[in-house]
Amino acid sequence: MIWIENLWKNFDNKEVLTGLELYIPRGETLIVMGRSGCGKSVLLKLITGLMQPDHGQIWIDGVDITTLTRKALNRTRQKLGMLFQSAALFDSLTVGENVGFMVSQHMGLSKREIDDIVAEKLHLVDLDNTQHLRPAELSGGMRKRVGLARAIACNPEMILYDEPTTGLDPITALEINRLIRDLHQKLQVTSVVVTHDMDSAFSVGTRMAMMHQGKVIAHGTPDEMWKIDNPVLQRFISDENHHRN
Amino acid sequence: MLVWETWSLAFKPPLQLRLLVHQLFLIGVNSISVVLVSGLFTGMVLSTQGYHQLKQISAEGTLGQFVCVSVVRELGPMVTAFVLAGRIGASITAELGTMKVTEQIDALEVMATNPVKYLVVPRFLACAIMLPILTLFAIVFGIVGGYLAAIILFDMNGIFFLHLAQASLFINTIIISIVKASAFGMAIASIGCYKGFTISSTGGAEGVGKSTTGSAVTSLITILALDAVLNHLLYTVWGLQ
Repeated sequence: MIWIENLWKNFDNKEVLTGLELYIPRGETLIVMGRSGCGKSVLLKLITGLMQPDHGQIWIDGVDITTLTRKALNRTRQKLGMLFQSAALFDSLTVGENVGFMVSQHMGLSKREIDDIVAEKLHLVDLDNTQHLRPAELSGGMRKRVGLARAIACNPEMILYDEPTTGLDPITALEINRLIRDLHQKLQVTSVVVTHDMDSAFSVGTRMAMMHQGKVIAHGTPDEMWKIDNPVLQRFISDENHHRN
Repeated sequence: MLVWETWSLAFKPPLQLRLLVHQLFLIGVNSISVVLVSGLFTGMVLSTQGYHQLKQISAEGTLGQFVCVSVVRELGPMVTAFVLAGRIGASITAELGTMKVTEQIDALEVMATNPVKYLVVPRFLACAIMLPILTLFAIVFGIVGGYLAAIILFDMNGIFFLHLAQASLFINTIIISIVKASAFGMAIASIGCYKGFTISSTGGAEGVGKSTTGSAVTSLITILALDAVLNHLLYTVWGLQ
């Protein structure tokens, strides 16, 4: 469960988040959407503790992470997995080492056990027998899938996705959407997906939140979002759909 | 702050020995040929210049002592540090800077791994350990270079050259040289890592390029300044010889 309360964040006097409130119940896949620069990625960085808010609280499983020491924050981070927009794979490591990185750093398992976990997670993202490849040898879609395998390697309770389908061709994007849905069903995790790809949003989300001017202006299930009478939301949904069509 | 955090994490378990060995290999083995060649030519130049200067006061016979003291006290550590500032310091900045702009350092943090412990500590320790070792090689090759120039170009007595060189060597001199080299190594790694970590995430390739150049220039100036301070402390304040 993630609960965000009255969150504020400024950059050089530019207000990015202005009292954002958000509640993500356990097991939900929440889509966070909004125009570029509205603070969606900043929100993910705040949830992962990469940034500190100017004001407000972020509760993860009942713990306010804005007050934690680095050591305690790292304990909470072990419950999280994150797929970065660029996948952020470690160039100097192989695919197998990337996927097994967090396991080898924190779980104290033998090499054989780590190899088994790596093979299992790569199988989940349909990339069997790619352990030996280097990130530079992978296509954009494969990189995202390896990033996803790395995010789920430690069986996290929550997965955060930053623009998971951006920069991918439509078929690969559909494949990533299918993977996110499958993982949600198989692992029963809480997910937060930041995207402005409406196909992806309506395909994977169980709840949606629309951000505008640093706040959540609309919140509901995908079906409810079509019915909410908010001009900014309706224009965003129809514009994005129009662009894609 | 970065240096303080590096020190505080350097000997805290887990020690990441595999990463340290990898960095020792990258810094040491890959730099040794450049250091040896630089040391050899530095010794030759020193011998050539020294011979003509000493001859003016009829002291060319002390060339062995002149070359040895200069190489051990100053040029060995300095040339090695200069080579590594250009080669390793810049490479550390480019590598960490690229990791920063491609969100790899953020990914480390999110995976509950301290980037300073994982990236900075092994490079810092490897530079602090490897610089003195490479300096010893540079010193040996510097003396060999000076010796070769003396016997080939100036027809000097090689045994006499080596005898004077050996007579001017004291254990203190070598220890001072090692201490200086280690300090230069720490400075190169700290500057390289700091410049890499402080690249703006939106800086892109241009930001990495600028920081890499900045890292090399800052390291060279810092080495010179640090050398002046250490010389004053070691030779003047503490009276070591």
